[in-house]
Amino acid sequence: MKGIGVSPGIAIGKALRVVRQKVSATGVLLSGDEAVRAEIDRYRQAVKDSIAEIRGLISAQSDATADILETHIEMLTDSQLDNDILELIQVRKKNASDAVLEVTGRLVAAFRSIEDPYLSARAADIGDIGQRLLKHLGTLQPPSFDESVQSDHPLIIVADDLSPSDTITMDLHHIAGFALQAGGATSHTAIVARLRDMPAIVGCGASLDNVMDNDIMVLDGDTGQLWINPSDTELAAFKQKKMAQVENARRLASLKDIPARMVDGRRIRLLANISRVEDMKDAFLHGAEGVGLFRTEFLFMKKSSFPTEEEQFIAYRDLAVASQDTPVTIRTLDIGGDKPLPYFPMPKEQNPFLGHRAIRISLDKKDNFLTQLKAILRASSFGRLKILVPMVSNMQELRAAKELFTAAKNELLQKDISFDKDIPFGIMIEVPSAAVIADLLAREADFFSIGTNDLCQYTMAADRMNDKVSHLCDPYHPAVLRLISFTIQQAQLNNIPVSLCGEMAGDPLAALVLAGMGLEEFSMNAPSIPRIKHIIVNSSMDKAIQVLRQVMEFDDPSDITQYLQDINA
Amino acid sequence: MIEKEYTITAPEGMHARPATALVRLAKNFTSVISICKDDKTVRLNSLLNILSLGIKGGDVLRVRIHGEDEITAAGALDDFFADINAVPDL
Repeated sequence: MKGIGVSPGIAIGKALRVVRQKVSATGVLLSGDEAVRAEIDRYRQAVKDSIAEIRGLISAQSDATADILETHIEMLTDSQLDNDILELIQVRKKNASDAVLEVTGRLVAAFRSIEDPYLSARAADIGDIGQRLLKHLGTLQPPSFDESVQSDHPLIIVADDLSPSDTITMDLHHIAGFALQAGGATSHTAIVARLRDMPAIVGCGASLDNVMDNDIMVLDGDTGQLWINPSDTELAAFKQKKMAQVENARRLASLKDIPARMVDGRRIRLLANISRVEDMKDAFLHGAEGVGLFRTEFLFMKKSSFPTEEEQFIAYRDLAVASQDTPVTIRTLDIGGDKPLPYFPMPKEQNPFLGHRAIRISLDKKDNFLTQLKAILRASSFGRLKILVPMVSNMQELRAAKELFTAAKNELLQKDISFDKDIPFGIMIEVPSAAVIADLLAREADFFSIGTNDLCQYTMAADRMNDKVSHLCDPYHPAVLRLISFTIQQAQLNNIPVSLCGEMAGDPLAALVLAGMGLEEFSMNAPSIPRIKHIIVNSSMDKAIQVLRQVMEFDDPSDITQYLQDINA
Repeated sequence: MIEKEYTITAPEGMHARPATALVRLAKNFTSVISICKDDKTVRLNSLLNILSLGIKGGDVLRVRIHGEDEITAAGALDDFFADINAVPDL
């Protein structure tokens, strides 16, 4: 039997059916103005009681589920909903329950029919507030289940669908997982299950019809499979698989504080890509040894005009302080074409990716670039900062950027403002021309950071967002691997550090290939760090070089991926 | 009256959480604010109406603000839309 796995892991437990009472319209009409007024009062009171109830629930929540409930309050006070319900009561003389049922029912149907899976899942929220109103109007009992089912065993909740508030308010202590007949990946049950690390499967349909309370159920939230009353041998196998998963998660977590050192002692640094100072905490939590890429775009996007030197300085200083003396690479503004700024008008371009963007804009709008450089320089007194310039495609751009960098330093010197005089000034290698002349660029840049996402799509001339050609945009294409390898080699020959900060850095398949090329710094989204570290600490440099040699023999990217999957398995 | 255009760059479009925040923001102003996507226009005082627009990443929204405090409201909306814009990837 199969549904859609929406929250990973294996759950084993006894089935507990949660049954929801079905309500249908009574058809009872109101007679006289007095009755209408009383019914409106009753409806208003139900709205008030519902909101009060939700407020109580919110104060007991500690995570993102509070947002879901805030949305419900907004829906309960929605002017459109309110108008529609009042109209049914006043004009059509319907009783409050029937009016609520009709209006929310109509909205639920309308939302369900929206193609977007996220929005159609919001039908559940509307259904939920409808149910809550009906409950406070006295027409509906809360969902019920057989309380005699022994709760000393972990339970698997089986239901047609759970409303968001059912899921949020459920006492999850005895619950091992969820199996729902309806629902999608963006349903609240899915979200809450993921937040609380609980396996869940939705969309099981009729396959759950015959499940009885106390049936033994096993569900695999990764694959969406589920088993009812498996044999003892099967059950033992599931228990073993579950133990292995728990063990694996524990092992990854235990890697957090050990350094990423290969078996032969070679030291690799695993860093985080972040966009906000607040992300620093999460980076450390996953064992990051610093930040290999701080994207400054967010700082600019949340403003309504260019942030001043002072505003930027404060942000970079806070970042430097939060980094607790670990290295932090700050990338200067990378906008243009596809990444607009609301207050910086950019003419439409035919090929935005080949257009006026990143360093090209910075060298054009020198004042803005200087402001950012000065702000980073000033913050460099508070930590170990590095400056990284995106999209460099030739020597002239590097030289022009360095001239402005020198000008920024001179201005601070004149004003007697302190900064780190040795702050490194490096460039992204993400344009094929830059990778090809890495030998020349390495003479004048202080470090390289390879951006594989852009490097890959520029090399392959294929847009990774375009479904028809995105398959060409494969980082395991021999051309891309050769450019990366050459860049690392030239950096080493010129004694400058090189890191890699594209998606590839967090791809377990690429870890040994890159290590084999001599890469020592990997920068990735923080949650990927433990997985990569696990590979690093269990491999030797000899093995990495061997893997690289084999990979470079292939001429077909899919052979390379297949080979890497085979050795990783 | 002020008219503005915003492009939603967050790939997931506008979800319930930001839409809730937007309706609540709009309630701070006396100006009548309406939001228009393609050929559908709704008032900004109803979360359900905004959700029903089905705003997706890349959609362009036209926002019309009319009233005494339209300038302040427009500024607040600028900040709001800048805030919900997703962080671009590499």
